[in-house]
Amino acid sequence: MNVQAQTQAPPKAPELREVRGPSAVGGGPRRFFDLLWLISTTEFKKSFHGTAFGYLWSLVRPLILFGVLLVVFTKIIRFEGEVLHYPELLLLNVVLFGFFQESTGAAVGSVLANEGIVRKTQFPRLVIPLASVVVAFFTLLLNLVAVFAFILLSGIDPMWTWLLLPVVLLPLVLLSTGLSLLLSALNVRFRDVALIWTVLSTVLLYGSPVIYPITLQVLPNTVRDILLVNPITLILEQARYWIIEPTAPTAVEAAGGWLHVVPATLVFIGACILGAWVFKREAPKIAERL
Amino acid sequence: MAVETTQDGPASPRGRDFDAEPVVIEARGVTKSFRLPVNKISSLKEQITTFSRPDYRELHALRDVSFEIRRGEFFGIVGRNGSGKSTLLKVLASIYAADGGRVRMAGRLAPFIELGVGFNPELTARENVELNGVMMGLERRQARSRLGAVLEFAELEEFVDMKLKNYSSGMLVRLAFSVMIQSDAEILLIDEVLAVGDAAFQQKCADVFHEMRDSERTVILVTHDMGAVEHYCHRAMLLHDGEVRAMGDPGEVARKYLRLNFESAPSSGGDSLGEVADIVVEDAWLEDESAARATNVEKGRDLHFCAELEAKRDVEGPTFGFTFANPDGVEVMGFGVPKGELPERVRAGQRLQIRSKIENRLAPGRYVVRCWIHRNRNIADIVLYSPHVLDFVVFGKDEPGVAFFETEVRMEIDGGGER
Repeated sequence: MNVQAQTQAPPKAPELREVRGPSAVGGGPRRFFDLLWLISTTEFKKSFHGTAFGYLWSLVRPLILFGVLLVVFTKIIRFEGEVLHYPELLLLNVVLFGFFQESTGAAVGSVLANEGIVRKTQFPRLVIPLASVVVAFFTLLLNLVAVFAFILLSGIDPMWTWLLLPVVLLPLVLLSTGLSLLLSALNVRFRDVALIWTVLSTVLLYGSPVIYPITLQVLPNTVRDILLVNPITLILEQARYWIIEPTAPTAVEAAGGWLHVVPATLVFIGACILGAWVFKREAPKIAERL
Repeated sequence: MAVETTQDGPASPRGRDFDAEPVVIEARGVTKSFRLPVNKISSLKEQITTFSRPDYRELHALRDVSFEIRRGEFFGIVGRNGSGKSTLLKVLASIYAADGGRVRMAGRLAPFIELGVGFNPELTARENVELNGVMMGLERRQARSRLGAVLEFAELEEFVDMKLKNYSSGMLVRLAFSVMIQSDAEILLIDEVLAVGDAAFQQKCADVFHEMRDSERTVILVTHDMGAVEHYCHRAMLLHDGEVRAMGDPGEVARKYLRLNFESAPSSGGDSLGEVADIVVEDAWLEDESAARATNVEKGRDLHFCAELEAKRDVEGPTFGFTFANPDGVEVMGFGVPKGELPERVRAGQRLQIRSKIENRLAPGRYVVRCWIHRNRNIADIVLYSPHVLDFVVFGKDEPGVAFFETEVRMEIDGGGER
């Protein structure tokens, strides 16, 4: 009966397509990107709506952290003699790391927070954690404007290597995205993932060369080896070389040769693949688990 | 499993013939079960400290559900709470993945199963309409260009830049419904929306549903309202315990649903589930004074309600009752065929005409006529319950309450001192 209907039907008869159930992307690329853009921009606007200073607040948060750290590490523990342009480096690092912390921190609970959408609409699940990353990225772009203004004001001349900034931002965004996917999917199963991550990301602030460069003489070798497993280390070191201090070692030199870059690279690739894989696997079941 | 198809039966006065239309939704042996842990594990510690695998209770939400829906059909899915209706809708909408079987679909589907779920209360109507349109699969520009039409239908033009959190629930529903019908999705899934909004907006929705009934759009309606099923649907399906129990003529499906709900009530011998009622309502209408058919009555004018019934089998001691229910489901009045008029029995093939004149005290609004037929003069022995044999509108100046009465009111004021 079915076959008959299909052969008899007029030529414009629509073609039956398999309904495969929910997925991470589902619904076509245009809808996916439109939704991602709309959700991100509205979320971004919303986060400052009703505040007197608008998105100045997005700058205030890293600035306060920067101010505290600057006082501690220039007045109490003195890095300045050893590290050239320490305040500029610190500010850049705080802003870059701030992006990582903000995006993953928002993403981890995002799927749970959007329960209504996930359970009652056919919504591409991937949009939800990705929007957290995009929102954090908007903030990062704004903050970078302030960072470069500060760098110029403090007397560092513009360098052509500034154009290479996207090359360090890309792995940072990828890493944040991978972890965001992993965390948001796992958090649906185990609600304590969000709690663990708040602690862990604070640990990472000190476990990455944000406050100090890895080349610091006083750094014990064991600490340096641990830092070299962290992909953020390489990203920040390379950013330092290109943006702040051309005389500083490149990421590879700071690590001590190509061989020492391998662990962090593996961790980076692993985090991205694991995040994508776990999210893809969990996506069809998310609505049922909530 | 007893699935009876009454689709081609004579009791299907549904007009349109869908045999030539292509199938747009096809479900084959869809199953879905949920493993409900007896103790839900949602923290790592519990996962680690629970050495034995936790006990699961298997809940079969859908068992081997198959059906096909052709283009342009208005298809009803009915069933009691927990019968699997919503799970089925979620499988169709790609919110859940089916465990077994397959679903195929042609055409764009509105991806909502509940009105207004995609709304963000922090955003204005303007922004939400765009967002919702995009969720429906429109391009952003298209979604924006629809704003005017959406707001006009919802009658919310003045509130375009108000945040949704300041909307009343009625306004939200109107906006949501409006967004849904303005997205030109070819397939709509609608879960229980008919009981929303005020009477005027309901009438508007009813008009839209009527339009959809006759359009190319395919609609799946999940509801408890048997009146709506009979009124709008071309075909319906009854789900019970995750199984398809009946499929076909909406009137028949509605009757089986009601039977299921009143299963404890004594059922007459031999009248098994799934047969055509022993007496059916062939037609029901209102007449004006000149005996012409009317769909509207002015407030205060007598109602002339008429019905024509046909006995399909012999029925002993039948009784006939009708009620008028307003849009809130309140049965404002009821009447029956008086004892003196009732026959001892009706024979198969006999036709019965009922003509009535009713003093009209109904407040203006839309009314639905329901019909009950019993046998053996016993109201527990239902031959037919039809929740929607007719609907009509009483028009005129609005009155508070569900009915109005001739009143004589006087007021006297006693002197309270000289001024």
